[in-house]
Amino acid sequence: MLRDAVLVAGKDLRIELRSRVLLWQVVPFGVLALILFALALGPAPSALRHGAPGLFWMAMLLASVLAASRSAGIEAEEGTRASVRLLGLDAGGVFLGKAAALFLELCILGAVLEVGLLVLFHVDGARLGAATPLAVLAVAGLAAVGTLYGALVAGTGVSSTLLPLLVLPALAPVLIAGERGTAAVLAGGGPGRWALVLAVMLVVYGALGVVLYGPLEETS
Amino acid sequence: MTRLVDRALGPVSLALVVLTVVLGLWVTPPDQTQGDIVRLLYLHPALAWVGIYLATGLAALASALYLWPRTRAANWDLLAASAVEVGVVFLSLTLVTGSLWGRPAWGVWWTWDARLTSTALLDVLFIGYLALRRVPADPHVRARRCAVLALLAAIDAPIVHFSVQWWNGLHQGSTIIDRGFHFKVHGSMLFTMLLSMVALTCVFAWMVLRRYQIARRESAVEDAELDSALLERRAEGVS
Repeated sequence: MLRDAVLVAGKDLRIELRSRVLLWQVVPFGVLALILFALALGPAPSALRHGAPGLFWMAMLLASVLAASRSAGIEAEEGTRASVRLLGLDAGGVFLGKAAALFLELCILGAVLEVGLLVLFHVDGARLGAATPLAVLAVAGLAAVGTLYGALVAGTGVSSTLLPLLVLPALAPVLIAGERGTAAVLAGGGPGRWALVLAVMLVVYGALGVVLYGPLEETS
Repeated sequence: MTRLVDRALGPVSLALVVLTVVLGLWVTPPDQTQGDIVRLLYLHPALAWVGIYLATGLAALASALYLWPRTRAANWDLLAASAVEVGVVFLSLTLVTGSLWGRPAWGVWWTWDARLTSTALLDVLFIGYLALRRVPADPHVRARRCAVLALLAAIDAPIVHFSVQWWNGLHQGSTIIDRGFHFKVHGSMLFTMLLSMVALTCVFAWMVLRRYQIARRESAVEDAELDSALLERRAEGVS
């Protein structure tokens, strides 16, 4: 399964390197969302600092829907699923590979948006660095959920409208735990039980993805 | 026996609902603190019981049975879809009655309490299920997608249940029995409350049964239309 996961992750990352969809579409969208949120809050540094964790995770969530849609779209392209079946790849491995590739892409997005927090929201750099491990955990959750729900709507023909409706409620716990944990770390404390919530979510969706990705692959 | 249940379920449900209304509005006493608002006790918890536990549980069970290769049958998919559709009605009514109770009790129509939020998310997830179901697709493809989504949505049910323990919000904990298994409600209030749960369980069963029967007929009509279209094509080919 792990060998298949590495193969699939490599394939998705190579496609991303060649197409540059993340670089030219997803990351700019995330940055744009962050700028618009800052405009909505107004220029007061204290208000921006206070709202930074929530707005960072909102921007991450919205941009991750685009990234998940793109990731699922690769598999929905004509002949791709047939090729995967002919190769005899394990469905759980395909899920893990796609989730791993999406995770790396979202980590890049998160790094760019963290720079945005430093510049636009006047967040303390050292504390933001301390919040990064929690952010990595949350991003892993985003990747697992996004990959699973992306596969659910792939090939429906209405995935661009259906995916946000389905995936955003499922991602709400990541938003809540990510925001609360990040806010706690930025205030000088620890992430507390929010890191545990994110870890449990990652394990649950990771396990469900390995089990349920197979039946979803059969649907197209 | 099945026909008897089919025929009796509706009238029995109606009788139980009428009895609950009579007991809830005229026989049980008002609360010392909340007054007559407490009569929502005979509606709101029962709606939540059906929406969060029964509908979600039935949808998840039927979906799992559909996905399991040994038990796979289209009827499980239709049953899961019926449970979700009726579940959306009960979950939405849970949120509405909760809001009506929250206004006099907490002073607001809505608060970002963990139980309220997780229940609202479950409702939205079920609405998403219904949206996915309406996407045109091969019935088997649609069934598999929907079964996976129902299982994913069901993750939210334990979060709703334990949310009052994990996060100390405004919403109260267990309504009938506390953690030490002692009754928190007594006398006619307890009886009426339990009766409301039985009544709405019967209403849920009746609604799911009727929706399931309609779904089977819809499925049969779709199959007949497909067969008819295939025959027409073949006839065109021959002539």
